[in-house]
Amino acid sequence: MLARTLRSNLPASSLPSRLAPTITPIFSRSLSTSSSSLPLPSHQSASKPANTSAYGRNLHVSAVRKSEVEEPNTRPEINTPPSIYNFTEEEEMLRETVRKFAQEVIGPKVTEMDESEVMDPEIIKGLFDQGLMGIETSAEHGGSEMSFMAAILAVEELSKVDPSVSVCCDVHNTLVNSTLRLFGNDYVKDKYLPGLATNVLGSFCLSEPNSGSDAFALQTTAKLEPDGEHYILNGSKMWITNSGEADYFLVFANIDPSKGYKGITCFMVEKDWGVQIAKKEKKLGIRASSTCLLSFDDVKVPAKNVVGEVGKGYKIAIEILNEGRIGIAAQMLGLAQGAFDYAVTYAFQRKQFGKPVGDNQGMGFQFAEVATEIETARLLTYNAARLKEEGKEFKIAAAMAKYHASKVAQKASGLAIEWCGGVGFTRDLPVQKFWRDSMIGAIYEGTSNIQLETIWKDLKKKYT
Amino acid sequence: MIPSRVNLINVLVPVKRAIDYAVKIRIAKDGKGVDTTVKHSMNPFDEIAVEEAIRLKERTKAVTSIIALSIGPAKSVETLRTALAMGADSAVHIVTPEAPSPSSNPEPVNVAAAIKAVIDRSKAAGADKAIDLVIMGKQAIDDDSGSTGGMLAGMLGWGQGTFASKLDVDKASGKVEVTREIDGGLSRIESKLPIVVTTDLRLSEPRYASLPNIMKAKKKKIESLKPEDLGIDLSPRMSVLSVSEPPKRVGGGKVENVDELVQKLKEGGIV
Repeated sequence: MLARTLRSNLPASSLPSRLAPTITPIFSRSLSTSSSSLPLPSHQSASKPANTSAYGRNLHVSAVRKSEVEEPNTRPEINTPPSIYNFTEEEEMLRETVRKFAQEVIGPKVTEMDESEVMDPEIIKGLFDQGLMGIETSAEHGGSEMSFMAAILAVEELSKVDPSVSVCCDVHNTLVNSTLRLFGNDYVKDKYLPGLATNVLGSFCLSEPNSGSDAFALQTTAKLEPDGEHYILNGSKMWITNSGEADYFLVFANIDPSKGYKGITCFMVEKDWGVQIAKKEKKLGIRASSTCLLSFDDVKVPAKNVVGEVGKGYKIAIEILNEGRIGIAAQMLGLAQGAFDYAVTYAFQRKQFGKPVGDNQGMGFQFAEVATEIETARLLTYNAARLKEEGKEFKIAAAMAKYHASKVAQKASGLAIEWCGGVGFTRDLPVQKFWRDSMIGAIYEGTSNIQLETIWKDLKKKYT
Repeated sequence: MIPSRVNLINVLVPVKRAIDYAVKIRIAKDGKGVDTTVKHSMNPFDEIAVEEAIRLKERTKAVTSIIALSIGPAKSVETLRTALAMGADSAVHIVTPEAPSPSSNPEPVNVAAAIKAVIDRSKAAGADKAIDLVIMGKQAIDDDSGSTGGMLAGMLGWGQGTFASKLDVDKASGKVEVTREIDGGLSRIESKLPIVVTTDLRLSEPRYASLPNIMKAKKKKIESLKPEDLGIDLSPRMSVLSVSEPPKRVGGGKVENVDELVQKLKEGGIV
């Protein structure tokens, strides 16, 4: 109160600007509070020797950049970079449009697609029509020409409704399109990117029955024909996402097994050339997304369909999977948020003992904890994506994001079932589906242990 | 051949940035409005209007250009950008002061006057730029006034087809047919251009802005105007005294048998 009196009796300009540091902390605090609650006439504030910070540190003023402050600021201007929650206008619009599309078009079909283990072709068509299947592809190739972050936001929004649909979009964009875009010659880019952006689904074929985490132990072979114009592919691929509906396949095969991983080469293969789609896996989660066993029996592929250099397939796979992991992190992030949104809404509606179950502190603290963890996953994911866009080193950030987001997704969706109680355990509610879908996050595009190994090896480099 | 006048329809679609339909509305602390620090999006009826304008363009090939117009604070640009991403060709933004200035959310009569000013300006710019058709939402979901469209038609001296559930424009004759859902059936009215049409819920289903169109929208022009540039005044004639929540529902009681029920109803003067 003393401060208030002092302040109101004296013109602001006559207040010694060095007063605050010499007085007691309590006094100083009340001064700064009163200064923020007493609006000064503009002519006074304009002639003020210093802003509020001179009378006591006000957190708000100290952190705001100059353009947003009306009063003149005598503190040196702080040009801090923006927070991670800054998006371009296009990114904001994309998020909004994908959110609507997911809720209105995909939402009503989620349960049926999960039960029948089939992706509705209308949904895949919708993804193409919305431009969601060529997010980073150039306009010249029929794509949307947006940023990597745009792809991440799209995957996140789709996952809030159905992680099966989001993985279809994610693999198609961040693995298939990106491999062609970044490593393909002009011929494969011109021939395949337009189709992939408008109506042909793509698939990324690396894993094999005997090579999962040990990806470069792959046994599919590609033998160069004596004419030098074609390769003959033989072997099989396993756990291939999108393969049930895809027509274009990026296939990793070894041109000379004696060279080990240095023989691995990436090929763009059309289904019509003899790719056989064998068994479709029956899975725990993301059941609407097709995962099949593929076999190649003397499939003849033109040499010009080699993507990147011969023998450099391992490099392509490593680089593409590094960024692909950010996509999976986004999928797990969206999944966690989707499960959380559903269950918390439910908990504030469901009444027991005369009040919503969400009003119990025991529940509320759990919500707060999980919300915090989802936030950590979001920050890791967005930051990894921005690092990638800025052309900075992002491998470790991506590994951490994917590892952490998959853990958060499991926890959030698991608790979401508990929060919904008995009905959450039934297949009538989507929360159990989120939980089943979450389990794949710790497995594909590098298991959690592979992510930890990546992080650990990097740590070892720093500390030894 | 010189194109006839009708071949050059310019459509104006006024769009409002309103609180998103899915947001739970809360009364503001001062009790004179609602909390506006929430998600906003294009007024759903305006979205239908944008969609219908685009469909008209695709269907009849009689539309030269679709101009989106928004009157509101700086953030209304987002709403215009959405209209452009859906398929509008250009946009005009009449920038109002930020809330809590009373002019930040102008009254229908002022909005109608502002729209009229934009139309008058288009006429002055030449016959090929003149606006001949306004398609707009029948109401905004925030204030539910539902009067701007009618006022605008009155001010312009144009025909009006309000609450349209179907719209047809005949390219050759310039005749406009508007179908309206009324109690007990459909009413069809015919008019000539120019006309103001307001949209009902079933006129069309708005499309999603596709990603390539979002990118294209970036390159489309948004003209920014101040109310003074058009010689209009947006200051309000009314002031809000108070805004309050509807009374909370009170739980009922249980009765043992029919007699007791009848007695309770009698006590309440219901039977």
